[in-house]
Amino acid sequence: MMVEHRPGLTFITHAALILGMMVLAFPIYVTFVASTHTLEEIASQFPLLPGRHLIENYAKALTLGPRDVGTTVGTMMLNSLIMAVGITFGKITISLIAAYAIVYFRFPFRMLFFWLIFITLMLPVEVRILPTYKVAADLKLLNSYPGLIFPLIASATATFLFRQFFMTVPDELCEAVRIDGGGPIRFFIDILLPMSRTSIAALFVILFIYGWNQYLWPLLITTDEGYYTVLIGIKRMLDVGEGQAEWHIIMASTMLAMIPPVLIVIFMQKQFVRGMTETEK
Amino acid sequence: MADVGLRQVYKKFGKIEVIHGVTCDIKDGEFVVILGPSGCGKSTLLRLVAGLEDVTAGEVLIDGKVVNQLEPAARDIAMVFQNYALYPHMSVYKNMAYGLKIRGMAKAEIEKRVFQAAKILELTELLERKPRELSGGQRQRVAMGRCIVREPKVFLFDEPLSNLDAKLRVQMRLEIRKLHEDLKVTSIYVTHDQVEAMTLGDRLIVMDNGYAAQIGTPLDVYERPANIFVAGFIGSPSMNFLDARMSHDGKAVEISGLANLELPGEGLPGHRGREVILGIRPEHFEQVSEEQARILLIVEHAEILGADTLVYGHLGENGSLLTLRLPSVRHLQKGQTLPLYAHAKDLHVFEKEHGRRL
Amino acid sequence: MEKRVVFKNKVLPYLLVTPQIIVTLVFFIWPASQALYQSVLRQDPFGLFTRFVGLKNFIYIFTDPKYLHSIKITVIFSFSVAAISMSIALLLALMADRAVRSATVYKTLIIWPYAVAPVVAGVLWFFLFNPTVGVIVIYLKVLGVEWNHTLNGTQAMVLVIIAAAWREISYNFLFFLAGLQAIPKSFIEAAAIDGASPVRRFWSIIFPLLSPTTFFLIVVNIVYAFFDTFGVIHAITGGGPNYATDILVYKVYRDGFLNLDLGGSAAQSVILMIIVISLTVVQFRYIERKVHYA
Repeated sequence: MMVEHRPGLTFITHAALILGMMVLAFPIYVTFVASTHTLEEIASQFPLLPGRHLIENYAKALTLGPRDVGTTVGTMMLNSLIMAVGITFGKITISLIAAYAIVYFRFPFRMLFFWLIFITLMLPVEVRILPTYKVAADLKLLNSYPGLIFPLIASATATFLFRQFFMTVPDELCEAVRIDGGGPIRFFIDILLPMSRTSIAALFVILFIYGWNQYLWPLLITTDEGYYTVLIGIKRMLDVGEGQAEWHIIMASTMLAMIPPVLIVIFMQKQFVRGMTETEK
Repeated sequence: MADVGLRQVYKKFGKIEVIHGVTCDIKDGEFVVILGPSGCGKSTLLRLVAGLEDVTAGEVLIDGKVVNQLEPAARDIAMVFQNYALYPHMSVYKNMAYGLKIRGMAKAEIEKRVFQAAKILELTELLERKPRELSGGQRQRVAMGRCIVREPKVFLFDEPLSNLDAKLRVQMRLEIRKLHEDLKVTSIYVTHDQVEAMTLGDRLIVMDNGYAAQIGTPLDVYERPANIFVAGFIGSPSMNFLDARMSHDGKAVEISGLANLELPGEGLPGHRGREVILGIRPEHFEQVSEEQARILLIVEHAEILGADTLVYGHLGENGSLLTLRLPSVRHLQKGQTLPLYAHAKDLHVFEKEHGRRL
Repeated sequence: MEKRVVFKNKVLPYLLVTPQIIVTLVFFIWPASQALYQSVLRQDPFGLFTRFVGLKNFIYIFTDPKYLHSIKITVIFSFSVAAISMSIALLLALMADRAVRSATVYKTLIIWPYAVAPVVAGVLWFFLFNPTVGVIVIYLKVLGVEWNHTLNGTQAMVLVIIAAAWREISYNFLFFLAGLQAIPKSFIEAAAIDGASPVRRFWSIIFPLLSPTTFFLIVVNIVYAFFDTFGVIHAITGGGPNYATDILVYKVYRDGFLNLDLGGSAAQSVILMIIVISLTVVQFRYIERKVHYA
């Protein structure tokens, strides 16, 4: 939107942007640097350039884990992965079929179900932590993967997204399938699903990040360190009090924890942006 | 290939009845066009035959069997949609093969049929392309290909040419005609375009607000329209309608003292003296000498089209507005009086109350 | 709302919709109603019996200075986070919008912080500002500023605001950029021809046309600050020092899980529920209007 050509303004523009990016990136950079030094190096004179202990630190984090957490970062990353993937697949699956039912069928209570799902938009997990915890406990879901996953998979946003999309699919496609001899399941699998590919991809990115970054709920539902997610682990590492924090390990773990979601955002940026803008409608 | 029967078919959406008792027997191999303006129910009628909508009353028969309860897939029909409805993520080949695939046909057989249809429709080079890479006419042909491979009993067309430009429409019209001559499958074709109807149809069903206004061959509908609606709908520019009165002996029609036209044969003795509506098509006027003239037209405006000239004028000072189509180029002045004649056989007389033909 | 074409199956739709309904009922509706129910009960200290106390829990909460303090903290926190992250994001978006060619590159490099979890953001900034080894603390010392957010409440608040806002900048940037790119160039050009300076153009044209986006982002940012920032608080301050950063959602957690005050925590949850619902309703209403308007 450059209406005039003012070189001064252009310079400021780029300068501001680069400055902005650097400010945003600064914490990460510092963290990365810290993850490549030994503890002594960090404590004594804070280094600003990467050190030479990268492999050593990361390997230690992954295999031995920090001192007081009781499990390895490797295990925790796995837990986070299982949780994130579980939530992503769970949400996409149940939302797809629910949206399909609501758009393409007429049945008693259809609108009731629609509004029930809609209500969940207004109840983030933070406002129902205690009772949800009790339900999970009653169902014996504490310290388990289902417990990490199920309470987080009913999502109205995914259902809405799919519903919006289905409404734009021309009716004739459905009729053509009926004439060709297909029923509702055929239509869904052969036609609707392939056409939904881009929506699914966009949601995948958003939901994976959402799932991976879950903190409060996993915190409540896991007491067994074997089920800790990596985010819980990192926080626990901070709890040990001032002088004892193993900063280099903590920072290495933090870097590891950030890698999957950041990579996805960078490499699937288009889908990410699409997912963000569409789910906010 | 089969015949299709519509027996007193009614359709209601909620409380509103949109199809009122249509009856028609379509013979095996016939190409029937359902013609009418927007909103007359023609697409609805087609969808009733297809099974995409349920009949409220009456019967739909295909091949002698009542199919009211059958799903579209079980009726052995194929349909070309206005928007082609091609599966966007599938190649042309897969689009055509889909219906056969889900019916469990052997791969070799599917291949044979698809290639055959592709050859007839000149789609062989396009088989691996996706619909979005095709032009409108090509997509149209793929839609038809999808129907052909199914070898159904009936072809249904829902305004398939409306999304194409004029030139393409003419071309596709010819292709559809040729296809029908080759395959001889019973076909029902919906359109609002008269030209398509007249050139493609063996018979026409002209629809007016859910009623079948007339069912007949194109020539029937043109030469002997059953009512004012059909008479006015067919033909472009449309037929002129004039208020008139039957003469005392029923042999001629008078237009408030301005013209007196003879009817063929005995005329209509049963309606002497009656007030009627007289219809004459623009192309049925002849410019004649003063002595021979039966109608005098005061010219308002003339449009020279080259092959014809359209003349607009009044009958008498404040009389009705008439449209004429005279052959070749005529130079006419505004206010000029034009002596005209119309043959008896070209006159259409309709009763005033319901517009039916007399 | 309605599709013309539907399938006639009777059983299939129920099968399709059941999984989501079950999860919704079990993990949403039931717990929410439990929260409502528990908010009007009070347990005795030994957990032996409960009794219905009507709105007493709510009254108690609203007269509890700790709760009122928490409200104050939350309001300050959320508005600060919203204001800071939105202004920086707007500035960056304006700049990125001008740099048309490299916009995509900048976009990638500015939006990735969103992928970082709030709790991790908390850990990062905690590290930077750690009184013992934090980089920034060292430089602040050089400037003569003593930093210890574990003792100083205001500093703690500043830190959590920074950590929370840092991440939200990306999100706001994305939407501001989209909003800016949706403004027809003809408006800007007309103003330029009329002689308006860039600053003038911004205030009289761009800003008003951005108002739907701005409004939307304000609501989203506030919801974020109210709820998603739990991780930030938990990582950095644990609500302290001395409750200086005790935002509402953190208090619910602490009272419920750590102090086991079920009735009070439930009542707080209900209040939060009401807040979320109101904000969501406001947002939807506004979006509806915007859609019609556009």
